[in-house]
Amino acid sequence: MQVFQNLLSKIKPHFEEGGKLEKFYYGYDAIETFLFVPGHSTHKGEAHIKDGIDLKRTMFTVVIAMIPCLLFGMWNVGHQYYLAAGEFTALGDGFVEKMIHGAIKVLPIVIVSYGVGLNIEFAFAIFRKHPVNEGFLVTGMLIPLVMPPTVPLWMVGLATAFAVLIGKEAFGGTGMNILNVALTARVFIFFAYPTYISGDTVWIADGVTGATPLGVGYLDGLAGLQANPNYTIENMVLGFIPGSIGETSLIAIGLGALILIATGIGSWKIMLSVLAGAFATATTLFLFDITPFAGVPPYYHIFMGSMLFAAVFMATDPVTATQTEMGKWIYGFLIGVFGIIIRVLNPAYPEGWMLAILLMNVFAPTIDHMIIQSNIKRRMSRALK
Amino acid sequence: MSTETAVKAAASAEPKEPLFSKKNRKLITDPFNDNNPITVQVLGVCSALAVTTQMKPAFVMTLSVIFVISFSNLIISLIRNTIPSRIRMIVQITVIALLVTMVDQVLKAFVYDVSRELSVYIGLIITNCIVMGRLEAFAMGNKPMPSLLDGIGNGIGYGAILLVVAFFRELFGAGTLFGVQIIPQFMYDLGYENNGIMLTSAAAMFIIGVLIWVQRSFNEKLVDVS
Repeated sequence: MQVFQNLLSKIKPHFEEGGKLEKFYYGYDAIETFLFVPGHSTHKGEAHIKDGIDLKRTMFTVVIAMIPCLLFGMWNVGHQYYLAAGEFTALGDGFVEKMIHGAIKVLPIVIVSYGVGLNIEFAFAIFRKHPVNEGFLVTGMLIPLVMPPTVPLWMVGLATAFAVLIGKEAFGGTGMNILNVALTARVFIFFAYPTYISGDTVWIADGVTGATPLGVGYLDGLAGLQANPNYTIENMVLGFIPGSIGETSLIAIGLGALILIATGIGSWKIMLSVLAGAFATATTLFLFDITPFAGVPPYYHIFMGSMLFAAVFMATDPVTATQTEMGKWIYGFLIGVFGIIIRVLNPAYPEGWMLAILLMNVFAPTIDHMIIQSNIKRRMSRALK
Repeated sequence: MSTETAVKAAASAEPKEPLFSKKNRKLITDPFNDNNPITVQVLGVCSALAVTTQMKPAFVMTLSVIFVISFSNLIISLIRNTIPSRIRMIVQITVIALLVTMVDQVLKAFVYDVSRELSVYIGLIITNCIVMGRLEAFAMGNKPMPSLLDGIGNGIGYGAILLVVAFFRELFGAGTLFGVQIIPQFMYDLGYENNGIMLTSAAAMFIIGVLIWVQRSFNEKLVDVS
């Protein structure tokens, strides 16, 4: 660290006022505050801060919460590959080989996502003369986790650029975006290059194809799921199934959820209400028997596809979710309802969470507005009585 | 422009104002940037979304709109003092409909395939807000020659945006421009794919949005207009 500090203090004068590289001050600032505790402090006698939690620490907590998903995703990519190739079919076998294969597939996606996104963020920070915000730390990790392992890297780069430019910077940068940035990136690939992100051919690797449990359940119902020895309910919970990199293991996602809830960064109300909305809708559809998932019990919907990942990491994004406490329940519940409706009843879209969350992102400010207005009205009538 | 003679005739009636005086030049250049019908007035967006998947229909649409808007401006301006104000909308619509029908018939006769591609959108020029908007805002209160120039200017301003949007949509959505393959085959062999989002009208919305963004960050006059 001393090396970095020396280097930074050596080049600092160039970036300060009057220096040669004054224009790039905020680029320098970002690197300095990333490596070291910032030298800024609050003014004496004005602030009453109990905890110095800032955006950077919030974002890092979320990144840490995603690490289990990433590591498990890497292993699972390798596991699915070797399973299809007929080698190391037992779970415990070939751990190192599976990790290496997964890392070769997953790490480039992570690097491209961070590389493209951070460059755009730095460019805008320098151009608009504001410090670089840390929002992209989370987005850059979320994007790889919602991609299938076989997605071409240039598509990841393009989608990231689109999401950061149109989804975020056009609205004014971190904290101002209406739509979840990581989902904007995914929805871009979903509509621009649909065959590369969903369907039967993308989940495993290198010419090996296979449908996810969700796809099998949609086409063949419970019988189809039971016909595949790999798609047992235990495997779905533990995550030994094909799917997007981070979405498969409910255990890893659950660990992330615990970290988010324990630190108070993710809202448990949203997570719970998404599950409740989804379960209620799935049960209703199951009871009235209007679902193509023939005979698949409603609780399977929580184990298949990306439902839990979406509920824990996507729906709880503090920028795009509702802010009022009551609003969180409504917002989450409606995500659950719409997610299942899109997944089950719309044949054009195999999975619903991305579109459901983006839809509710748009409505979140309206929900908040209604709640605040009704609060005002209630208190007003009480006061005037 | 083929309308040169008409312009000259109108100009000779106004001896004091030279043909391309500063004011008249402004009528043509203003709609191109400072007062662009699409990016500043935000009119005519629906047709900009609908006909811009390819360059060819966008180009034909541009020519048609320039024709309709300039001549309807001219005609309405010529008869503006005789139109009873209570029925002026009906008169305007009749004039526009006449011109649009002419365009439609000409397209059907000479470029039938393009006419089929554009389908209802030629007919819908009648309801294009830019045409009505210019009639109400300009031609009803100005002399014929400036009205004609204003019509040409707005038509070009509209068409320019249309062509820019169509350029990006056709190039990235289909890899072609005016139906000619631009992106070479070896790119596809390397794994390049046409972008399906460009074929949806959402892409036109993004592109117009980005154009507005870029325009406003360079043109200080437009900041805080709305």
